[in-house]
Amino acid sequence: MHVPDGFINAPTSAVTGVVAAGAIAVSLRGARRELDERTAPLAGLVAAFIFAVQMLNFPVAAGTSGHLLGGALAAILVGPCTGVLCVSVVLLMQGILFADGGLTALGVNITDMAIVTTVVAYALFRGLVKVLPRTRRSVTVASFVAALVSVPAAALAFTLLYWIGGTTDVSIGKVATAMVGVHVLIGIGEAAITALTVGAVIAVRPDLVYGARGLQRKLRLRVNGELVDAPSGAPSGGAPAPAPAAARSHRTVWITGLVASLVLAGFVSFYASADPDGLEKVASDKGIDAKAEEHASADSPLADYGVKDITDARVSGGLAGVIGVGVTVVAGSAVFWAVRRRRGDDVSPSTTETAV
Amino acid sequence: MGAGHAHRLYRHGHSAVHGLPPHTKLAASFAFVVVVVSTPREAMWAFGLYAVLLAAVAHAARVPAPFLLKRLLIEVPFVAFAVLLPFVAQGERVDVLGLSLSVEGLWGAWNVLAKGTLGVAASVLLASTTELRELLLGLQRLRLPPLLVQIASFMIRYGDVIADEMRRMRIARESRGFEAKGVRHWGVLAKSAGALFIRSYERGERVHLAMVSRGYAGSMPVIDEVTASRAQWSYALTLPCAALVVCLLGWTL
Repeated sequence: MHVPDGFINAPTSAVTGVVAAGAIAVSLRGARRELDERTAPLAGLVAAFIFAVQMLNFPVAAGTSGHLLGGALAAILVGPCTGVLCVSVVLLMQGILFADGGLTALGVNITDMAIVTTVVAYALFRGLVKVLPRTRRSVTVASFVAALVSVPAAALAFTLLYWIGGTTDVSIGKVATAMVGVHVLIGIGEAAITALTVGAVIAVRPDLVYGARGLQRKLRLRVNGELVDAPSGAPSGGAPAPAPAAARSHRTVWITGLVASLVLAGFVSFYASADPDGLEKVASDKGIDAKAEEHASADSPLADYGVKDITDARVSGGLAGVIGVGVTVVAGSAVFWAVRRRRGDDVSPSTTETAV
Repeated sequence: MGAGHAHRLYRHGHSAVHGLPPHTKLAASFAFVVVVVSTPREAMWAFGLYAVLLAAVAHAARVPAPFLLKRLLIEVPFVAFAVLLPFVAQGERVDVLGLSLSVEGLWGAWNVLAKGTLGVAASVLLASTTELRELLLGLQRLRLPPLLVQIASFMIRYGDVIADEMRRMRIARESRGFEAKGVRHWGVLAKSAGALFIRSYERGERVHLAMVSRGYAGSMPVIDEVTASRAQWSYALTLPCAALVVCLLGWTL
């Protein structure tokens, strides 16, 4: 997704450059708070890690393989500010050294891949960790959802930038559909790998995972399934536990729904602003025959989504919206699955009753 | 901990371009790309002239053409996108070889291809004539925040170390008969990535302690201050100035 030169026009590139510079300035300050004076070596090493892990290939099937993008992983492991810094430095070095991504498009690339990915992932992760029960599994689930949403969110941000400053007049609905469609798939891979990696780190060094810092204090020692050092003793400790769990699970449902609908609204609002524009453009073009020809050129992969001639943008936008809903449903069901699993894991019989 | 290892893209040499101070080269290539991007796409000849300018720089830097062309392959994913543009863009359409293509899309594809290729070529030339350490000094000289430069320098210094660590883990996996074939093996690979993160982070802590014990207090000592004379600046800025002339011609003609 490294944008080359000439893809986004000069004014938009300049504006995104300013945005990126501002965000980096804020992150520099924030990273000092996250890592104090250890910032330079630690952030540098984490950037090197992201650089290296992007070279780690994950085989998908039959010869194809993908690799991690790392924005969500960095945000969860070392915090949002350090994450933004690390990914930005990686992008800067890729642009200058490896010619991967244009120099003038650096602002676009940083805004898109470093800032949007990291911030969306971390905000979602933080929200989910607050809402979900305080267990290791929920951190893994939260990182899965965060990474899953962060990649299409970056694709949407790119689409928005393209809409504002793209150098070619492509129907924005098509760009959005293609970008989001492809990146939902990429996001699923990214999510699985991110969740597995975060899970692996948490299993060994939970203190290193920035996003799970609040969890450590809640760990309790159990011997053969019984609490050893709980203040109220083992038998009574089991009984009051289900009540807050049940109470919380209702809250979980509501807040999850809220988060999901917020994400959905964010997605939909993009389309809401994009659709009339695409329609206007189609309408102001040369009437129906041009669009019939456009429809005739349906052999291109991007045109698969553009189903009908006049309502082209709207249908493809709607499809993209459906994909957005799909993401949300997957996210929501993952959360429910986690809650149910957690209840199923609980030993006390009263919880299983409330669960079923 | 010298950063003497040259990166893969660097071509050692003693040409006039190699000898220029890094910040002048950085500024020149950035200005060149900005000029290229702001050229109107209808002025096709202008892009040809830009390519000639870059070829002249490559000649002055004694960078062989095959090397440069091979590095341009990094662009391929976006070429694929550019090829799609004529099919999906809106507006007036023309028939080429029985395919209905959008005029706007053709212009867009040309725009992306021409500007993207020139931008990649400029970056490749910059990277192949500038050493890493110089590049970082140049960035510092161009007033990039020192902390950011430090992070970048640590990333560059330890990038190879971390990549090597990853390679060793891969060898360890493979020597135990592991072969990643599909999604089922992601767990193992992700555990490796997790272990790699822990090792990187712990190495970062060790590096920090080692630096503190040697008197590090938040800023790196500047050993060699790079400076550029007026002649060097004007030599480096010949490229963007020539490009600017071409660009202005492109707007007026």
